[in-house]
Amino acid sequence: MLLLIPLFPLVGFLVNASFGRRLSKGVSGAIACASIILSFAVSAAAVARLVGMPADEREIAQTAFTWITSGDLSVGLTLRLDPLSSVMILVITGIGSLIHIYSTAYMHEERDSEYARYFSYLNLFASFMLVLVLGSSFLVMFVGWEGVGLCSYLLIGFWYQKKSASDAGKKAFIVNRIGDWGFILGVLLIFTRFGTLDFQDLARAVSQLSPEQTFGTLSFITLFLFIGATGKSAQIPLFVWLPDAMEGPTPVSALIHAATMVTAGVYMIGRNAVLFGHAPLTLNIVAVIGTATALIAGTIGLVQNDIKKVLAYSTVSQLGYMFLAMGVGAYAAGIFHLYTHAFFKALLFLGSGAVIHALAGEQDMRTMGRLKKDLPITYWTFVIGAVAIAGVPPFAGFFSKDEILFKSFSSGHTWLWAVGLLTALLTACYMFRLVFMTFHGPSHHEHREPGERHEPHHHLHDAPLPMAVALVVLAVGSVVAGWVGIGGRFEKFLEPSFGEPVASVTPALEQSGSAETLLMWISVAVAVAGIGLAFYFFLKNRPAADRMAQTFSGPHRVLENKYYLDEIYDAAVVQPLQIVSQDGLWKGVDVGVIDRLVNGVAQFVGGTSEILRLFQTGSVRAYAASVFFGVVLVLGYYLWR
Amino acid sequence: MTFFYLFGAVAVIASLLVIAQRNPIYSVLLLIASFGALSGLYVLLDAPFVAVTQIIVYAGAIMVLFLFVVMLLNAPHEDTEHDERVHPLRRPGPMRFGAALAVALVVELLWALTRAGSAGGAFPEGAVISVRAIGKSLFTDYAFPFEVTSLLILVAMVGAVILAKREARQ
Amino acid sequence: MSPTLNDYLILSAILFAIGTAGVFLRRNLITILLSIEIMLNAVNLSFVAFGRSFGTADGQIIVFFVMTVAAAEAAVGLAIVIGLFRHRESLNPDTFTSLKW
Repeated sequence: MLLLIPLFPLVGFLVNASFGRRLSKGVSGAIACASIILSFAVSAAAVARLVGMPADEREIAQTAFTWITSGDLSVGLTLRLDPLSSVMILVITGIGSLIHIYSTAYMHEERDSEYARYFSYLNLFASFMLVLVLGSSFLVMFVGWEGVGLCSYLLIGFWYQKKSASDAGKKAFIVNRIGDWGFILGVLLIFTRFGTLDFQDLARAVSQLSPEQTFGTLSFITLFLFIGATGKSAQIPLFVWLPDAMEGPTPVSALIHAATMVTAGVYMIGRNAVLFGHAPLTLNIVAVIGTATALIAGTIGLVQNDIKKVLAYSTVSQLGYMFLAMGVGAYAAGIFHLYTHAFFKALLFLGSGAVIHALAGEQDMRTMGRLKKDLPITYWTFVIGAVAIAGVPPFAGFFSKDEILFKSFSSGHTWLWAVGLLTALLTACYMFRLVFMTFHGPSHHEHREPGERHEPHHHLHDAPLPMAVALVVLAVGSVVAGWVGIGGRFEKFLEPSFGEPVASVTPALEQSGSAETLLMWISVAVAVAGIGLAFYFFLKNRPAADRMAQTFSGPHRVLENKYYLDEIYDAAVVQPLQIVSQDGLWKGVDVGVIDRLVNGVAQFVGGTSEILRLFQTGSVRAYAASVFFGVVLVLGYYLWR
Repeated sequence: MTFFYLFGAVAVIASLLVIAQRNPIYSVLLLIASFGALSGLYVLLDAPFVAVTQIIVYAGAIMVLFLFVVMLLNAPHEDTEHDERVHPLRRPGPMRFGAALAVALVVELLWALTRAGSAGGAFPEGAVISVRAIGKSLFTDYAFPFEVTSLLILVAMVGAVILAKREARQ
Repeated sequence: MSPTLNDYLILSAILFAIGTAGVFLRRNLITILLSIEIMLNAVNLSFVAFGRSFGTADGQIIVFFVMTVAAAEAAVGLAIVIGLFRHRESLNPDTFTSLKW
């Protein structure tokens, strides 16, 4: 039964890829949506069965076939369902289904063949992602890992005729690849050290060793794995691809770059909690990088003008929160935030997609405004999402974010907690800045020059039915999704997946209710303060915001240019690499050495032939002289002997 | 002994003059003189048959043939000057190299001979080998080469006739 | 004191060298042929000397054959010289250079 879960979308991919050109939009869309909805149904059934089992035996496994047998290594294509992966597959298939439905309307203006291509990629992505989270060993997971990277590239560069889109796709793939280098090294180290790649066997082997024994190796292993996670999940230093990935269609951004693919890194750490538990140094690094990423991305998001870019940096920032959670040992909290974030981030992206769709492709917020009355459904669902992400109770984001902050405070990482709090302020601020600039205030989009490339869209229509349905469902989810975490039920459900927490890593968590309540109120206050700031600067007193931007024009420009990180990478990595390749290896080695060697041999032969040719004089006496010379030599040799 | 030195000197000097002369007729005549000296040496070596054959065949027939050809062709004297456009390996230089090789050969042979020491000793006592003995050996032990040689002469004759024929005029 | 075998061999060697030098130094085809005859005669001398030192008739018989072959060779060689002379009006071997690259 488990195999059906990734199989349905795979079949959808095959059908759409092979016959898509000849199918009408309705049919190809229906096939794609049907396959993922079927997958969701099967997932729900599997999870239901799982829940019905006793708590410490919750596991369903299914092997398709033995993939590799080589020496001591025997790897099967095995899928395993446990609490952790059950959360993941529900998120992937559930939110995936909604996004598929949404896409049928959003992509409607494409040609039939492009429409089918889009859905084939989307299905393929879902299939790979499911393999990733259901894989029982590193190898199977890696198949999914690479596969989603591939699909990400395909989907980001979907409008490949546009150079910026294909460049973004390449950038995503290459940066991912750099992370994958680390990941593969980690996997290889695991195999050499422990001899197995299966998650369960590995966890068992590691938990039998004491932390002191394994510190060195595991620190390296987990560090390498984490590098892979930074690539896939867009953390420092490899997050630069995610904002560029906004070139892809908005539903793609929603699915891949908000809800699912970018969470693969978080899932991976959760899956290997036992390994990471034995490497406290790496966990510290994870937490610090996560927090730093959250803060930096938040600051950049504050000054961006493209609606999707703001959401992209927001995603990076929220992922930072998840890594912060994993880093302080609160694995369940990290996964919880992953789950709630999927709801409201997908909602926010799809909402922005509705706005873009209504404005016929316009993405710059400075040209928007007063869309509230024209796009009511979009507006209200969007606000729900924004409130959720800001962390206001009783919406979903509050529960998960508060849990993370609490866990980081109580595990002694007070500095990280403080920065996390600051980032929460920023989150609320930039999100509502977006809301106010887009939906409130004076309308800018009707006062444009006639020469603009977008025609003023006087008939602003709200989201069509498929899009609206998705938005509403997600909005409901953004409200209620967090409630499963009340009373620690979610955490308890996930516990078997994370193994025993190692005593030295997580200091005694304070169970005192008063500290928890106090911290909770602080979080809420911060969230409300952020909304208030946005309200003041971007609704009531817009000029004040502009004046502030001018006063701090230096920092403002730095933030606007993303800390010049792309430029730094280009100068530090890309250019030297190009110089080495072009001038060094190509001109120097290939042309200079190898070509010269080969040509030199030919020239040498030609040269000696030129010289030897002169001996053919035509003079018989010269020939006789040479013969005689030989005679003298031979005679002399024999006489001498 | 004195005869040996006499004949030997004549042979060497005549040969040297053969290759030094400009006029080919003088060369031919000097060569005849050399052959005569050689014939004397053969007599000293108790080989009268060879000595006589040398005179008859070599000096008498072959050299006369040479003389015929020289006079027939009315060969011009050799020119001594050479122009610079001649191929480098055809200039006198390499030719002198060849001559130097000849000297080297002599040196080698002399050195070999001195090293051999007393291997080349005096001739053993023996009678003059008669013509009868030569003829007997020729027609029994060496009968086959004898016949082949006659064939060779036939071939040479035919070849010479054809090679020297005038081109048929149109 | 009669001459030894070595003496004859030395003489033969000298004559042979003279003949060889003549082949290379002279620029007249006929003189070259003459030099070749000198070489052949030097060899004849060696043969007879060796035959005498072994006391057999073999040396002389070989000389017999050598002379025959020399005669044949001289005949054919001169025929060729005549042919060449008719072609080029020159007896300089350097004018006949068709055998080159």
